[in-house]
Amino acid sequence: MMKMTPLAAAIAALAFTSSFAVADEPRSGGTINTIIQPEPPGLVLGMIQNDPTRKVAGNIYEGLLRYTTDLEPIPQLAESWEVSDDGLVYTFHLREGVLWHDGEPFTAADVVFSADEFHRELNPSARAVLQHVESIEAEDDHTVVFTLSEPFGPFLLSFEAGTFTMVPKHLYEGTDFRDNEHNSHPIGTGPFKFHNWDRGTVIELVRFDDYYEEDLPYLDGINWHVIPDGASRAVAYENGTVDVLPNGTVENFDIPRLTAMDNTCVTEEGHEYFSPFAMLWMNNREGPTADKRFRQAVMYAMDREFARDVLWNGLGEVPLSSFGSNARFRHDGLDPYDHNPDRARELLEEMGYDNEEVRLLPLPYGETWTRWAEAVQQNLREVGINVRTQSTDVGGWNQRLSEWDYDLAFTFLFQYGDPALGITRSYLSDNIERGSPWNNVGGYENERVDELFNEAATAFPDEEREALYHEAQEIIHEDVPVGWLLELGFPTIYRCDVQDLVTSGVGVNDGFRDAWLDR
Amino acid sequence: MLYARLIVMRLLKAVVVLFLIVIFNFFLIQMAPGDPAAILAGEAGATDEEFLRQLRERFGLDQPIYVQLWRYVSGIAMLDFGWSYRQGMPVLDLILARLPATLLLTGTAFVLSLALGIVAGSMAAARVKKPSGSIIMALALLFYATPLFWVALMAVVLFSVFLGWLPAYGMYTVGAGHTGFALVLDVAKHLILPATTLALFFMAIYTRMTRASMLEASQQDYVKTARAKGLAPGVIQRRHILRNALLPIITLAGLQAGQMVGGAILTETVFAWPGIGRLMFEALQQRDYNLLLGIFFFSAALVIVFNIITDLVYRLADPRIKEAS
Repeated sequence: MMKMTPLAAAIAALAFTSSFAVADEPRSGGTINTIIQPEPPGLVLGMIQNDPTRKVAGNIYEGLLRYTTDLEPIPQLAESWEVSDDGLVYTFHLREGVLWHDGEPFTAADVVFSADEFHRELNPSARAVLQHVESIEAEDDHTVVFTLSEPFGPFLLSFEAGTFTMVPKHLYEGTDFRDNEHNSHPIGTGPFKFHNWDRGTVIELVRFDDYYEEDLPYLDGINWHVIPDGASRAVAYENGTVDVLPNGTVENFDIPRLTAMDNTCVTEEGHEYFSPFAMLWMNNREGPTADKRFRQAVMYAMDREFARDVLWNGLGEVPLSSFGSNARFRHDGLDPYDHNPDRARELLEEMGYDNEEVRLLPLPYGETWTRWAEAVQQNLREVGINVRTQSTDVGGWNQRLSEWDYDLAFTFLFQYGDPALGITRSYLSDNIERGSPWNNVGGYENERVDELFNEAATAFPDEEREALYHEAQEIIHEDVPVGWLLELGFPTIYRCDVQDLVTSGVGVNDGFRDAWLDR
Repeated sequence: MLYARLIVMRLLKAVVVLFLIVIFNFFLIQMAPGDPAAILAGEAGATDEEFLRQLRERFGLDQPIYVQLWRYVSGIAMLDFGWSYRQGMPVLDLILARLPATLLLTGTAFVLSLALGIVAGSMAAARVKKPSGSIIMALALLFYATPLFWVALMAVVLFSVFLGWLPAYGMYTVGAGHTGFALVLDVAKHLILPATTLALFFMAIYTRMTRASMLEASQQDYVKTARAKGLAPGVIQRRHILRNALLPIITLAGLQAGQMVGGAILTETVFAWPGIGRLMFEALQQRDYNLLLGIFFFSAALVIVFNIITDLVYRLADPRIKEAS
């Protein structure tokens, strides 16, 4: 039985009514005020891929493709594309008449430069995809051909602006990319161009008048206010200074108060591509967490519905297993790990747990996460696990995970639509490497899972991939290498007269392209 | 002559102290877990060994500690504060860009708290057994004991949310495009809440201290003499009691002035004031070593400068000190 909190119900109701509400013709004009938190380190998207940079620069830069909320590719800078029958050759036909913000034309040479030189040197996520690519060639000014060394199922999902940003060749070729003078004034092909950045106060973007889509964008500009305190950010919305609160700008306990305001809408759409998935790393190498029965006991001990309903205001979904609900090739037939303290106690007794202390490392991302760690600590103590919470800041959290100095640790990861892009990285044994908090930090090693995942990444066509992924999910579900906590719901809060704010599966980052003000 | 010699001696000492502070800070920062490359990579949500290696090499973090220290200290000697890893800008540019905002805020708060504190303290001292004196002291105790961030938030709730009189955050109205006098007025409006909040705590201290030392001074023989001479009570309060009671207030003012660069982190954060305190707090969280060290350097230098100024002001207020040294 699915429980619904008032907020979740309100969102569902809004989603239902909003499909009728959009009747007016879009109107041009108006500047929108929103918030960026934290202040990004820079705005050159190909160079920095963290969340605040993506949110702002996703309106300045573009990729070859966008994605619907069902993660189907739709045109952006590429107008159309073909895939050869053997899944090895991808041909993209670029849109004509596209200009960079400095007036130069965008051509196939920019695509080749961006992928082959810029991203190969600077961008770890793009690098992981590019290792499957043998050559990238410009056939003419508006045709680019990617030839793969082996089929790679998720290839078409890799062209989103934040992962495969198009950067201008004429400004970067032959320079030291990181020291390039244009980094302080980013030049893209997007609907908005950079205007001004008063550090600590505001980032201002203005309409790009020569944007290739007729009439777009409708807005004259976007002001991204920088407000470091969570309560002050909520006030900025309450007193009308800002109209849009992107996900993560206010603490969860402020959300019900804000959504109760007049003319206020909420959407959970626009992050399907990222599908943030909260997990509990469990150190598979040593201590009680090295025992599969202990890890299963942790899963049974945690009341994940409570965390979702109370700490996250009913937003998000309790996951069945390792694959989130937006992930391709998800196995639906697995037995869920329901909240079952008795089963947890049985498992602990069976393994002979001797009350050894287990350390729990919360994610230092604000109040909600701290409270969540407290709730999990209480759940674990109820079944007799001797758990102690360790507090630290972001730097300390990074260090502990990178050095494997933890027993249980909170994290969340983006799933990027395809298992080979965002999911298997947490389970593959050749992805165990000190020094990063984003690889297989748990240290899970299973030869059969490695085989299945590696084969599935390059299998062709999709039916074959599906069978392999299903078998691997069954093994992982039994082994519990990590705890699967919650598929996070990231709400965007906005005034209802801001129309068409989220129009794609990465809408939280490129949404202002289609947005307009009904005032 | 005496002043000149004193200043030179103190400046020489200051250079040594600053040098030691730089070295101490350098090692202190190295002890914090995680380095800037790991934090930058961590924020990106995806990373590989190559990415970390590139960053560390670029920042010089792959060098042994003593090489890093030497590079830093020799840079400072030529007033080169290095490069902010995270913001990709020279540290000096970042600090200088934020300095005016902070000095405006802390300077206003400084003047406000000192002036109001001395006036309130004198009034309380003159009304020592009257209810009005007790009310002043009760208020001072309240402001002294209330946490700054709470006062700040409540001020926002009252004056911005309920009454709508004053802007809640920021230094100017974004997008209004004010210039000239309109801009000055706009900034002044934004300044009222943070400056008052920041001033309240120190105002409370000045009030309490002024009252206490004035009461003490009023028991002295020279005050009795002045009364016996038949001087007006107001003149006795100002010229005989207050002037003699000033020394501890000057000491405290020197301390407060020394904190003007880095002492407003909470206020700047709550009111989104684009100053140095916020820059420092963010640099700490991001392990932006060079930026953090640069701000520490500026704060330390300012403390030293204000200590010297305080010493000079002592001599002006109380000529006996000059003879003693």
